Amino acid sequence: MTTAAAIELKGISKAFGPVQANKDISIRVMPGTIHGIIGENGAGKSTLMSILFGFYKADAGEIFINGTKANITDSQTAIRAGIGMVFQHFKLVQNFSVLENVILGAEDGALLRPSLAKARGELKRLAEEYELHVDPDALIEDLSVGHQQRVEILKALYRQADILILDEPTGVLTPAEADQLFRILERLREEGKTIILITHKLREIMHITDTVSVMRRGQMTATVKTSETSPEQLAELMVGRKVLLRVDKKPATPGAPVLEVENLRVIDEHGVERLKGVSLNVRAGEILGIAGVAGNGQSALLEVLGGMIPATGTVRMNGQELDLTGTASDGQSRRARGIAHVPEDRQHDGLIMDFSAWENTVFGYHNDPAIQSNALLMDNAAIRADTAAKMERFDVRPPDPFLPAKSFSGGNQQKIVLAREIERNPDLLLIGQPTRGVDIGAIEFIHQRVVELRDAGKAILLVSVELDEIMSLSDRIAVMFDGRIMGERLPEQTNETELGLLMAGVNEEAA
Amino acid sequence: MEILPKWADAVLVPIFSLLIAFALSALVIIAIGEDPVAAVKMMVTGAVGSTYGWGYTLYYATNFMFTGLAFAVAFHAAMFNIGAEGQATLGGLGVALVCLAVPWPHWALALPAAMVGGALFGAAFAAIPAWLQAKRGSHIVITTIMFNFISASILNFLLVNMLRPKGSMDPATAKFPAGTNLPTLHDILGVFGIPFSRAAPANIAFFIALLACVLVWLLIWRTRIGYQIRAFGKSESAAVYAGISPVKIIMVAMLISGALAGLMAINNVMGEAERLVLNSVEGAGFIGIAVALMGRNHPFGIFLAAILFGFLYQGGAELALWTNIPRELIVVIQALVILFTGALDNMVRMPLERIFLAFRRGKA
Repeated sequence: MTTAAAIELKGISKAFGPVQANKDISIRVMPGTIHGIIGENGAGKSTLMSILFGFYKADAGEIFINGTKANITDSQTAIRAGIGMVFQHFKLVQNFSVLENVILGAEDGALLRPSLAKARGELKRLAEEYELHVDPDALIEDLSVGHQQRVEILKALYRQADILILDEPTGVLTPAEADQLFRILERLREEGKTIILITHKLREIMHITDTVSVMRRGQMTATVKTSETSPEQLAELMVGRKVLLRVDKKPATPGAPVLEVENLRVIDEHGVERLKGVSLNVRAGEILGIAGVAGNGQSALLEVLGGMIPATGTVRMNGQELDLTGTASDGQSRRARGIAHVPEDRQHDGLIMDFSAWENTVFGYHNDPAIQSNALLMDNAAIRADTAAKMERFDVRPPDPFLPAKSFSGGNQQKIVLAREIERNPDLLLIGQPTRGVDIGAIEFIHQRVVELRDAGKAILLVSVELDEIMSLSDRIAVMFDGRIMGERLPEQTNETELGLLMAGVNEEAA
Repeated sequence: MEILPKWADAVLVPIFSLLIAFALSALVIIAIGEDPVAAVKMMVTGAVGSTYGWGYTLYYATNFMFTGLAFAVAFHAAMFNIGAEGQATLGGLGVALVCLAVPWPHWALALPAAMVGGALFGAAFAAIPAWLQAKRGSHIVITTIMFNFISASILNFLLVNMLRPKGSMDPATAKFPAGTNLPTLHDILGVFGIPFSRAAPANIAFFIALLACVLVWLLIWRTRIGYQIRAFGKSESAAVYAGISPVKIIMVAMLISGALAGLMAINNVMGEAERLVLNSVEGAGFIGIAVALMGRNHPFGIFLAAILFGFLYQGGAELALWTNIPRELIVVIQALVILFTGALDNMVRMPLERIFLAFRRGKA
């Protein structure tokens, strides 16, 4: 008999009402390995890990830790069993120091001082052992995202976790930070820790894991050795059919400039300068991709162009100057000029989640006389019929115009927004994070639609934090850092390392 | 995933809430040594047992429909307008000024003018807190509640110092001229040969309230402006994305809301009192909040809830008049209904959801 598995799940099932989130799932994770769990949104990955961490109770099935049956009823028992979890959204107190966050919930007694002293020593030891260096007295709010994540890992290690679960850990990191994280994970593996990595990024799975399990619709479809599989095979296992991972597109044939931006500046309501003089242009029939780590001004750029916030500078659309501050600077006037906008946060901005699909397909275009049945009333029946047709063309599932937007999956919500914006046949499409939270099958579809619009001679300004997406969709790439354009590159003449440096504010040409 | 079907959410939840409220009220009545069954009988006979009772029930319901609709329109724009009391008070002033300004020859001319006066005054009074919210970010709940006190003070001042007829000891306007007296249900139904109590105050304003329910429904669910109000109410940032001006929507929604509250005055001031007195609104502005919440901010729900609260008001008054149950207990019963239908909604909804889930799983 070989050594016992660090974690073994046998026949785990969990239903939420009529929805079967996990169905008869079994995995074995050997100690000292990195095990990836990959699957589309809603495949049941998070539910499974929540069961393992004691947030949910499984309807059926057993959990074994190091060969002994464990009864995990809440997160405290999970921690005692040696399981640590690093959530996608960090659970840190922003105005506490690193040290205070680490001992939070693991204080030894009523007085803080002994716990803090003990934790300080322990953190020093952990930092040396795993190369997890963080200033213990720094406040969380002053730390970069990458360092905050380290604190989460330290929290788990401080609680003597032998098994670490990381949920989508690289979503908020720069490529360099992600590489650092992977080095830390490799180090942890060398020290004998077991790591479960939940992600939807195939590249990460291929890069770091030893074994990988694929989930689809609540079921475990396969568990394979990473060295014996390929991204294509994994994608097919995830989606259940063959998927095109690369975007299939012809070279662009750009025409006249559609959008010309000169020296655009934005100061937000807190007095922070979010755009510090951005100049760029987008021509008809091309996709300009804006790369950059989230929070470097890309959002402000889209919001200015979409008419959501005021700015100074010059923006010309088809040669005509746009009003950037006055009353004619709103979403309505932008749409009248032929600018369509797929916002970065569809749930917050692009859709009214409580509105039905048909109400959402006229959102922003609700003043169009074509959808009025007379001077006073909207032609709801016509809008519904049109929505049903749009849902058909954009393969929105389920194709029910009466369903509220919140009932659709992320990918289908995005398709509703895209259908609304693309079918207006805009001259310029602003599109932010087109595939955030969207499953692989839908990504392929969305990319095809964007390329089709380009081929129809329209200008497209794409903002994405996914470097892969920028590289494969764009005809030109501009990198933003700290409210400025750091440089422009052609996708076929650059690589991820160069773009990664630009994203971090390092311009080698200038240096 | 919606667990409850729509009909269960709209019908079962309020009904169960009501039953619980009534059951608790019964316990209270037993506790003070009275007979709850007799009390219910008394309320029912008092409120709907005669055309006189109906006349009062519908009169109150008319007030509540106007204030309920006022609250609902603002609520769809995520504005918690609790100033209907003050807006209706000022609406009364508008109605009174119109009625006293001209020697109206016939009510059919006076009524539209009075409606304009009441709506304008109500809207103007709502406009100030609305503007403060839209432009300055002053919270509408705080400002509207303060404006209720301001309205009472304004009315007090005007009635005592300016509008009171010379020599009168009563802080009230003169009686409106006969040409402004609205036809009561007795008059209207009499045309069709249906007998109705002459003494009851319900009048033509009831039908205007019904019309207002229909118009508000059209406004909210069928027009562009209603669409924009609802969109803004659900998500301000999405509204900005779509180019919907928050300032415009807050102003429009609050003006409509204030106008509806002001319109209530054609019922209580013009229809019933036929002069303007102090505290003519009598809390209907606040009851309107409960009516709108219970009616799910939908005009049809508001209609039903307004009738229910009209029943509670009239039945409660009868109860206080004819039994040893003190007047305060009537307030307790009304408060329990508000508590259970408005505030403790989830207490009923969650067990109901569980029952529905179990039922569905049993079938599956």
